[in-house]
Amino acid sequence: MIVVEGLTKQFKGQTVLNGIDLSVQPGEVVAIIGPSGSGKTTFLRCLNLLETPDAGRIQIGDISIDANRPLGGQQGAIRRLRQQAGFVFQNFNLFPHRTALENVIEGPVIVKKTPRDKAIELARRLLAKVGLAGKEDAYPRRLSGGQQQRVAIARALAMEPEVILFDEPTSALDPELVGEVLETIRSLAEEKRTMIIVTHEMSFARDVANRVIFFDKGVIVEQGEAKALFANPKEERTRQFLRKFLGTAAGQE
Amino acid sequence: MIAESLQLVVDSAPFLLKGAGYTVLLSVGGMFFGLVLGFALALMRLSKILPLDWLARIYVSFFRGTPLLVQLFVIYFGLPQIGIELDPIPASLIGLSLNMAAYVCEILRAAISSIDLGQWEAAASIGMTRTQAMRRAILPQALRTALPPLGNSFISLVKDTALAATIQVPELFRQAQLITARTFEVFTMYLAVAVVYWILCSILAHFQNRMEARVNQHDQEH
Repeated sequence: MIVVEGLTKQFKGQTVLNGIDLSVQPGEVVAIIGPSGSGKTTFLRCLNLLETPDAGRIQIGDISIDANRPLGGQQGAIRRLRQQAGFVFQNFNLFPHRTALENVIEGPVIVKKTPRDKAIELARRLLAKVGLAGKEDAYPRRLSGGQQQRVAIARALAMEPEVILFDEPTSALDPELVGEVLETIRSLAEEKRTMIIVTHEMSFARDVANRVIFFDKGVIVEQGEAKALFANPKEERTRQFLRKFLGTAAGQE
Repeated sequence: MIAESLQLVVDSAPFLLKGAGYTVLLSVGGMFFGLVLGFALALMRLSKILPLDWLARIYVSFFRGTPLLVQLFVIYFGLPQIGIELDPIPASLIGLSLNMAAYVCEILRAAISSIDLGQWEAAASIGMTRTQAMRRAILPQALRTALPPLGNSFISLVKDTALAATIQVPELFRQAQLITARTFEVFTMYLAVAVVYWILCSILAHFQNRMEARVNQHDQEH
């Protein structure tokens, strides 16, 4: 379903990703955790080529990108891969000059050439699904951060992707708005949608993800079944991270 | 005295109108070709292909760094010496467009660069090509930033068309010169012409305001 082999990325001579291998099964929800600068966001961005990997291979569905070859000749494949990998940004990145509905139909209409009325029908259904029925004609500026992020999720869903990639989807939100976005993602997990979520929300990762991956210094230090990894991390670095992150809460759990 | 002046303006109206027609033609033509060429130059400035960027930079530097009057003289009086003869109207239209393009280029380049990188990424993430992203996501937003300075430049352009009088284009200012040569009513005629320019620019400013209101819609509605 998703297969990553030897993904490597350097920034100015510094290795940010050091030969990452990963495969994700259909319907699996994978949470990626790790300290800032561990490479987890870069990894996610490499998956749909928002970041250009220096080496490695990425396969999503039936599209495969080989970063060992020049990417210039693979632009068509990259665009098809991106259609199969919805991306939800930390800062939402909605199109501010378009209404919620227009944001959602943009991909289907412009990229997939879906007839407009069909795209609108789909978009209305998706906006209702993320709890935003009635907000179709609202411009992003008029929506709260949580609502904007849910529109962004609907926009990603509208491409009917094989997998949805979430890049710290709640990090830019006011604390009281985090819950509604996590609820939306949780409901997608219940539908058995394939998702990879980079997050700092540890309890969410534990409850919703099937598998948790701990990233540090550009490598996967440890991965495993979510509840098991949180309850009983094997690697010292994972333990340190979780202790620091969860504080005293870790001790209680 | 006043009655005579008014009479002169009324009598000259057909000439002034004809002149104003040329002024509008040069203005609209200059805006159109200036926009098209300026946009192409802006894309060159933003291109990753460095020689394109350099070419556009040199272009902008030259056309912003030399007087429009001199540019018009080079085109109309200079080019014939190397075998390119142009009639006054095409010559002035070319000069005004080339000059305008330099300003449009810088305005659009700045506006496009001001758009958050996240917008490009959002467009890419749903599988858009760069052209689609530019057309659907970036330009509509950039245009909003660019409209006020573009409006300024267009208004300058309307006034700059008066320079075409120096290369025999029978536009508004040239008509006034021709009439004053006959009637010696310098004050009345030039004042009348000034008012016509003022009216033309006001109409343009009005359109600019309406367009700004339109593109800013998403700030106010809902």
